[in-house]
Amino acid sequence: MTDASPAAQLATGNALELEGVTRAFGALRAIDDVSFAVAAGERRAVIGANGAGKTTLFNVITGDFPATAGRVRFFGEDVTAVPAYDRIRMGLRRTYQSSLLFRDLSVWDNLFLAVRGVARGRFAFRRPRGSHPSRAATEDLLERVRLQAVAQRPVSSLSHGQQRQLEIGMALAGAPRLILFDEPAAGLSPAERRELVALLSALPTHMGFILIEHDLDIALRVVQQVTVMHNGRVLKHGTPQQIESDAEVAAIYMGGGRH
Amino acid sequence: MSAAQWRKAMNFSATSRHWAGGRVVPPPAGRAATPASTPPAINGQRLWRHIGARHVVVLAAVLLYPWIVPPFFTFQIGGQALALGLIALSLTFLAGYGGMLSLAQMTVAGIAGYVVAILGESGTPQISLGWPWWLVVLFAIAAGTASATFIGWLSVRTEGIYTIMITLAIGVAFFYLAQQNYEIFNGFQGFQKVVPPVVLGVDWRSPVPYYYLVLFWALCGYFFVKYLIRAPFGVALQGVRDNARRMSALGFSPVAHRVAAYAVAGVIASIGGVLLVWYNGLISPGSVGTGWLINILIIAVLGGLRHPVGPFIGAVVFVLLQNFAIDLVDRERFNLVIGLIFLVIVLFSPDGLLGWWAWLRERAGRRLARSAVGGKDWRSVGVQQARPAGRS
Repeated sequence: MTDASPAAQLATGNALELEGVTRAFGALRAIDDVSFAVAAGERRAVIGANGAGKTTLFNVITGDFPATAGRVRFFGEDVTAVPAYDRIRMGLRRTYQSSLLFRDLSVWDNLFLAVRGVARGRFAFRRPRGSHPSRAATEDLLERVRLQAVAQRPVSSLSHGQQRQLEIGMALAGAPRLILFDEPAAGLSPAERRELVALLSALPTHMGFILIEHDLDIALRVVQQVTVMHNGRVLKHGTPQQIESDAEVAAIYMGGGRH
Repeated sequence: MSAAQWRKAMNFSATSRHWAGGRVVPPPAGRAATPASTPPAINGQRLWRHIGARHVVVLAAVLLYPWIVPPFFTFQIGGQALALGLIALSLTFLAGYGGMLSLAQMTVAGIAGYVVAILGESGTPQISLGWPWWLVVLFAIAAGTASATFIGWLSVRTEGIYTIMITLAIGVAFFYLAQQNYEIFNGFQGFQKVVPPVVLGVDWRSPVPYYYLVLFWALCGYFFVKYLIRAPFGVALQGVRDNARRMSALGFSPVAHRVAAYAVAGVIASIGGVLLVWYNGLISPGSVGTGWLINILIIAVLGGLRHPVGPFIGAVVFVLLQNFAIDLVDRERFNLVIGLIFLVIVLFSPDGLLGWWAWLRERAGRRLARSAVGGKDWRSVGVQQARPAGRS
């Protein structure tokens, strides 16, 4: 379903452009005048101490919270005032820091909802037959995140690691063009982290993503660009090598407090 | 390529014509409004496997019922309970699966009922237009559905107590409109002699035909809801109920889904409204007063919101109480009785009578498991034997 052909044509220009994006909660500016662009197909990490505004940045990009000021462009289209669900239908996806899943529904249902959300027939009154493409797409997602064995179990019975995998699977539904991963490795075991890195590395090249990650080992292994945020502002951009050896960044991470 | 073209390219090609198949799953014991899905029914045979003995017994019982009981029970109890149950089913669908507690479902039914009286024949020929019955019914259901959609559109942006308040306000507003408008609604008196037509030589007003008519629509409503909650629309609606923001992040518009749910519930309530006005033979502001708005809520909660059979059970209990409580207490004390019973059921079983049913089944299952351990006297059952069977 994610045939590269139409997507590859689109992999030109910028996937995402932020222009002076600000989000204030009362007097607090969670993100303040953030501007940067992400090229189509680019993989970028956003790092920064807790409270640096990374998740708020994601919320503004996806439309979960509207921006207080500034512009968000998605593949050239101004989406600042577009509701979240329309941005998703345009090819934007996200995962949540703490898994936001439908806990009473089965794994299969969760993935099915993700597939249907970006397909036609969201209001279909008829149940899909076995041969329906949305069923095949759901099975395909199940396989990609290796949850076939628990497909019919309710999400609430899953382990933390499996829930994280499901969260990622839901973000891969349809034909994503840019995925925002919010700390996908949080709470995962070393083995699960290796699997996650493999999964992220194996994504088709036209599929760009932005990754929030505290674990620099993971972040720096799968991305081409790194943005460092501090107190709601962009501190600097660079390649993983530049960032890794940057004294200022090291100071923030060591002194500025992971706690 | 523009975003619109992209969207078109990425949408699934239109094979949605071929949708079918039944995934009928017994709801799990817990929060059963959201049963887990199962693999699809590849052929019709799968469907039959889900039909248990109790389904056959219930179906046989409701079909044979009018031949066993006197006409009073057929019409006053059976007919009224099924019509009220159908209206309450629309609330069960909205509240149980959509998380929207609307008090205006009786208003929707009442609008459909008024349209039947105004466009069709009644004891007030100055107002009633006397259109053919089938056209009247079509218009009634269309008007009810349209008003339900409008009520939904007004109220879906609110949640919890505010939904209750706004739908109550709409319901009360319609009550006063009907009471004070004489040109269309004939004011306080309303319309008398609104009777079902004689079609195919059958007088649908007489108890047995009316019972089967309303039973047919009740079964339609029941199976429709049961089917719909496992269809993409129904699953998405339950997703919106559980976490609207997450649904938005999956590409669903929560507002659109909620309004659509109101429209669907509106169709069910309108059919119920047409049947109820035929049952009563009249419609007046009292039919859509606050008392009835709340009675529908009582029926739905009494039965249980977690399964579409709930409102019908609730309606049977409600109608029985309504008819027989006056043998025990004064007519004016009826609300006291229904209130007390409501209180007891809600206190001891938040899932209504369905919750008791589930509890009894669980108990019976445990007892069965215990007796299966050896069929001996309980004292002779060793601890090791009893333990694995006792709980599970």
